[in-house]
Amino acid sequence: MFARRSKLGVRILRGTDMANYIKLTVLGLVVLFAMLGASFARDLAYQAHMILIMIVAAGLFLWILRKTDEPVSAVDLSHEYNDGVIRAGVIATAFWGVIGFLVGVVIAFQLAFPVLNFEWAQGYANFGRLRPLHTSAVIFAFGGNALLCCSFYIVQRTSAARLWGGNLAWFVFWGYQFFIVLAATGYLLGGTQSKEYAEPEWYVDLWLTVVWVAYLAVFLGTIVKRREPHIYVANWFLLSFIVTVAMLHVVNNLTIPVSIWGSKSVIIWPGVQDAMVQWWYGHNAVGFFLTAGFLGMMYYYIPKQAQRPVFSYKLSIIHFWALIFIYIWAGPHHLHYTALPDWASTLGMVFSVVLWMPSWGGMINGLMTLSGAWDKLRTDPIIRMMVISLAFYGMSTFEGPMMSIRAVNSLSHYTDWTIGHVHSGALGWNGMITFGCLYYMVPLLWKRERLYSLELVSWHFWLATIGIVLYAASMWVTGIMEGLMWREVDANGFLVNSFADTVSAKFPMYVVRGLGGVLYLAGAFIMCYNIWKTIRVVPEKEKSFSTAIPAE
Amino acid sequence: MMDHTTSSEEKEKGVGTTGHVWDEDLQEFNNPLPRWWLWTFYATILWGIGYTIAYPAWPLINDSTAGLLGYSTRAEVAADIEAVETSNKSINERLESVDLVDIEADDELSAYAISAGGAVYQTWCAQCHGSGAAGAVGYPNLLDDDWLWGGDIESIHYTISHGIRNESDDDAHFSQMPAFNELLEEEEIVQVVNYVQALSGNAANDLTRVELGEVVYQENCASCHGDTGEGDVYQGAPNIADAIWLYGGDYETLIETVSYSRYGVMPPWIGRISESKIRAVSVYVHQLGGGE
Repeated sequence: MFARRSKLGVRILRGTDMANYIKLTVLGLVVLFAMLGASFARDLAYQAHMILIMIVAAGLFLWILRKTDEPVSAVDLSHEYNDGVIRAGVIATAFWGVIGFLVGVVIAFQLAFPVLNFEWAQGYANFGRLRPLHTSAVIFAFGGNALLCCSFYIVQRTSAARLWGGNLAWFVFWGYQFFIVLAATGYLLGGTQSKEYAEPEWYVDLWLTVVWVAYLAVFLGTIVKRREPHIYVANWFLLSFIVTVAMLHVVNNLTIPVSIWGSKSVIIWPGVQDAMVQWWYGHNAVGFFLTAGFLGMMYYYIPKQAQRPVFSYKLSIIHFWALIFIYIWAGPHHLHYTALPDWASTLGMVFSVVLWMPSWGGMINGLMTLSGAWDKLRTDPIIRMMVISLAFYGMSTFEGPMMSIRAVNSLSHYTDWTIGHVHSGALGWNGMITFGCLYYMVPLLWKRERLYSLELVSWHFWLATIGIVLYAASMWVTGIMEGLMWREVDANGFLVNSFADTVSAKFPMYVVRGLGGVLYLAGAFIMCYNIWKTIRVVPEKEKSFSTAIPAE
Repeated sequence: MMDHTTSSEEKEKGVGTTGHVWDEDLQEFNNPLPRWWLWTFYATILWGIGYTIAYPAWPLINDSTAGLLGYSTRAEVAADIEAVETSNKSINERLESVDLVDIEADDELSAYAISAGGAVYQTWCAQCHGSGAAGAVGYPNLLDDDWLWGGDIESIHYTISHGIRNESDDDAHFSQMPAFNELLEEEEIVQVVNYVQALSGNAANDLTRVELGEVVYQENCASCHGDTGEGDVYQGAPNIADAIWLYGGDYETLIETVSYSRYGVMPPWIGRISESKIRAVSVYVHQLGGGE
């Protein structure tokens, strides 16, 4: 059944048949290995994952097997953008966003009311298991899908070319979702290497590496075959994000599995070097995933939505190179006053402070793009969302360098101030710019005349903004308070407060923080409803813009 | 395609675009770098160079540049600790040399011991006994008058120094209640629990068994807990005639305690913290309210 007989009875082995042979062989081997893994498994997370892998691989095997006899469509798609995968990415972004925010709200209230760490859920849904689920869901599932679909959208339109590699983009999309599912279920079942933002165990890391290389190939391939003479600035940022994240991921996850039949692995880096590599990774996950990648989104969607040219080409070049050169050295500021040598700590701090202006370059370029179009802030809630994201970006990229200063860090480190800082960046910058981009793309991707309701966008905007303000303000209060309480000494030089004293003092602010999260989550639900209605109710636009025409 | 070099807006601004257009209308102006941005960037770079000269910063083969100011985080914290120890040196020596029982009579020494002891308590003791010292199930309340191993300053000092039922200090308090499910019939355990409930003023579960329980109690329990349940601080046997319970005085908990016994452990603090700190925290605990 793999080869087809022509009318004349000649066996013709087509190219697609050959590809199917390979796919079926690989999938068959994966099913076999996963079966062995499930039966020899040394721990629950590994066993559950092997069963999951087995089911998915077996399903794909049958699907491909059934398709082998179907004629391949001869329609030439090379002049149309591949928007299917972007539509899927938009839905995944909204879906994982709601999940991630929801888990965030749950753990915020678990901190305020420890009784919510239910006895029956110990080992699965207590704070320790849910916290990495929250961080990975918002950063990698919500943020990652936003980057994935926006980068595919941007690179096609600014290259005037269809995504390179045919269905490889779909492999990247589904492969990435599978990574998310493996990571999330792993955390709940105890499969974690306990490195912040790099919790997935070795086989999940390997899978992500495969997916990421495919992502790089699709993105780079599209740029290479572009029909525009120049590479648009957004693509520099996106490319630097994809390349750097690949490097960070591989180096920080150099582990040796204890057994091929178990999830546990041991990192090759010893002691303080492991800490340093971890925070080189951790900080640049912020720098390249959440900053460079999202700046790439900003550089496309803000000029598009504002219908204005980018403010300064020079500024975009200078701040791009300054940003990526300087960011990579800033990691040691996470390890002030630890076993890390002073010299590394100093360098981390100095590079963090020098990073201030390169970070702000992106904010200036975005905000100044609106000069001459400021009236749109009143009339266009999507522009408002994008502008407030830049405001939060500017605020947190000032706060970051400030907190990296050793003297400030001695007060802020290990306190809730850090939590507030990352959330004003994540909720304010990453969240708001993503919402803006989704609102921009949805009518275009589904070829609708307009969004279902701009009023609902306004509601989303205000709920999210008030939510962030409650979150950041309450964490400033608790962070500075607990920092001061920890260092408070009496006349004889003895500490005044116990740790538990600081915890009980923070209680009211923990409730405020949780409420801020509820508002932010409510905004996300409104967005999902708005997107759903746009797709289902708003009439179709007659003219399609999905054809790849070079602008020049 | 639109004409992107001479739109009216651009004329107003006085700068053109780069001439590139993507995706129908994406363009970039050729504005210069904002001056304030550039100068602030330069300033941070200059500051950075200066800072790395002043502080340890640049890695060498085996070491790093030390910085002109000779700064080191370890030296800084060592100096802080040194300063506190120097200023407290004489009073610590006095605290260690005077008789334990005399500390509280000396106002200056007592005030110092309470503040030092409070810090020690919040660091090492609060995890089990609670930051307010009210204890928890299995961890004694230090605010009341009920003392398992004695509540005078010397007993408290001994308990903190050596701990209870630990394996690391030969002088630790030691005693062990038998697990009576191996020694008594189930019915006898039920009886004695009913008796103990009546003894401590709780309503007994089953009044008809109280008298039978007293017989069991006198034969099996009185040797440690006393004829009237008053307990014995020399054996760490709790008073069971009062309303204070370490693990709980309800029927189910008492059945469990009598059947399987209890084995509370406390670590020794000798060797882990200095004698002056042990003395200070002894005074702190003693003055919390229940000290004898």
